[in-house]
Amino acid sequence: MMKNQIILGIETSCDETAASIVRNGCEIVSNVVSSQIESHKRFGGVVPEIASRHHVEQVTLVIEEALKQANMQPNDLDAVAVTEGPGLVGALLIGINAAKAFAFANQLPLVGVHHIAGHIYANQLVAPMQFPLLALVVSGGHTEIVLMRDHGSFELIGETRDDAAGEAYDKVARVLKLPYPGGPHIDRLAQESDEAIAFPRVWLEEGSYDFSFSGLKSAVINYMHNAEQRGEIVKPQAVAAGFQDSVVEVLTAKTLRAAKEFNVKQVIAAGGVSANKGLRTALEETFKNEGIPFTVPPLFLCTDNAAMIAAAGSVMFDKGQRSTMAMNGRPGMTLFDWN
Amino acid sequence: MIWLGIDTSNVPLSIAVVQDHKLLVEWTSSVKVTHSVGAMPAVEEALKHANIKPKEIGAIAVAEGPGSYTGVRIGVTIAKTMAWTLKIPLVGVSSLQTLAGNGSLFEGLVCPIMDARRENVFSAIYKNGVVADLADGHYALETILEKLSTKEEKVLFVGKDVSIHWEVIQGTLGERAIRAPFNLDLPKASVVIEEALKKPLPSIEEAHHFVPDYKRITEAEANWRAEQKKVVEQHE
Ligand SMILES: [Zn+2]
Repeated sequence: MMKNQIILGIETSCDETAASIVRNGCEIVSNVVSSQIESHKRFGGVVPEIASRHHVEQVTLVIEEALKQANMQPNDLDAVAVTEGPGLVGALLIGINAAKAFAFANQLPLVGVHHIAGHIYANQLVAPMQFPLLALVVSGGHTEIVLMRDHGSFELIGETRDDAAGEAYDKVARVLKLPYPGGPHIDRLAQESDEAIAFPRVWLEEGSYDFSFSGLKSAVINYMHNAEQRGEIVKPQAVAAGFQDSVVEVLTAKTLRAAKEFNVKQVIAAGGVSANKGLRTALEETFKNEGIPFTVPPLFLCTDNAAMIAAAGSVMFDKGQRSTMAMNGRPGMTLFDWN
Repeated sequence: MIWLGIDTSNVPLSIAVVQDHKLLVEWTSSVKVTHSVGAMPAVEEALKHANIKPKEIGAIAVAEGPGSYTGVRIGVTIAKTMAWTLKIPLVGVSSLQTLAGNGSLFEGLVCPIMDARRENVFSAIYKNGVVADLADGHYALETILEKLSTKEEKVLFVGKDVSIHWEVIQGTLGERAIRAPFNLDLPKASVVIEEALKKPLPSIEEAHHFVPDYKRITEAEANWRAEQKKVVEQHE
């Protein structure tokens, strides 16, 4: 019999209210994202309380729209998958409680999904994953290299010891007085520039797959400060390019070394920063030259969405993972195996 | 018709099931358990105990605030999601009115109190279940007491947070201040339903647009507005 599993995904961990319906863990039937970026812009970053207030306003509208676009009723669903953590706790709680209420009212099973597992499984919506697989997860809150020997098995190979890559982008963008969110602006400026300021690369101790970006951020701040004191005119394009070069080189080199050490069949990039053009190009070229298959989801699946939560939830559901009506938001949740 | 009532506005949790003006189940707790962990299991348990399936619920009543932002949001999110997906009406009731409703038979004034830190409270002045003077809002306790000082009736203070401010209240109002017995200090979801029954039933579509009544803008918004004002003043 052909499998026809339908999962509703719900995601509210930060500033996007999202719902999606995914068939068999790989086919997007509908995908709705309501972004709040405009509401947070004037504050220069995501304000948790404002994010939570928006989620309450949007959550049922977004779920209804996902069902409508899929031309489905609640009883067409097999399960509800929702982001359980990590993220902003107040924001997570809206998705979780909407998911619980919806699942209870329609007597559907419920699965709590790790947000980063969702980002990784966004790749499953593009092409089937090949194991062993190496995932480079880069976002505003995460910079991690994860080794997967099979579905639902996650080994943390390296992670950031201070700022996440996306965080460094936001902070440097603020120094360059770029509007929020700053990451895409730095990427754009870097693409425009044909010169780059030389900033340090932080490799940490030999053999380490960990990252550190706070020193790089300080180097950029020092450079700006010194230039200002000397009355020099700073070219933001050159600063952006120099900063991006440093981040991209370290991310790419460490991912490549890990890919070789663990002899993986596929490398994937995941998370909001994998939408960065400079990083995508560098990773694509590097792994093409090495002959290692590399995939990165299309932009709309790199940023937060609920299709990725449904995709991860689909595999978890098949593996028998279930959550109860007592599910809580877990802002500091760590990746766990689904066995 | 079967009503489900929910109050998660502050630390206490109350869930009730009422059928044709008869209270079937009520579950009320003041134990500090996060509502995300406690509320849905309590809803599930209360309905199961009454042998009622979700699809049999005819309407939902929820305490819409003010109170703890996160607390109110959890109750409202559960209520609006269930109401929307079950295609039933959702009625919001003030969380202060709910608390004041515990003293609806009291002959004098009723003052529900929710602590809002730094000598501030969410409060109002009720009589026989309806606002008699100060409407629901975020006030300095002093403002409430000044208002009450101009009256002559006795005042019943309701809510578990009354204890925090009791000395000041009694110091100002003396023997006119009456403290509710502890069994009236927790909000009851059956009162939420009772108040909802007095209101017209909204259309089913309105559940989508139901939001908490926070009675306060966010701190970020307040700071931003103050900052804008400063900029304008500097320009003048
Ligand atoms: Zn994310």
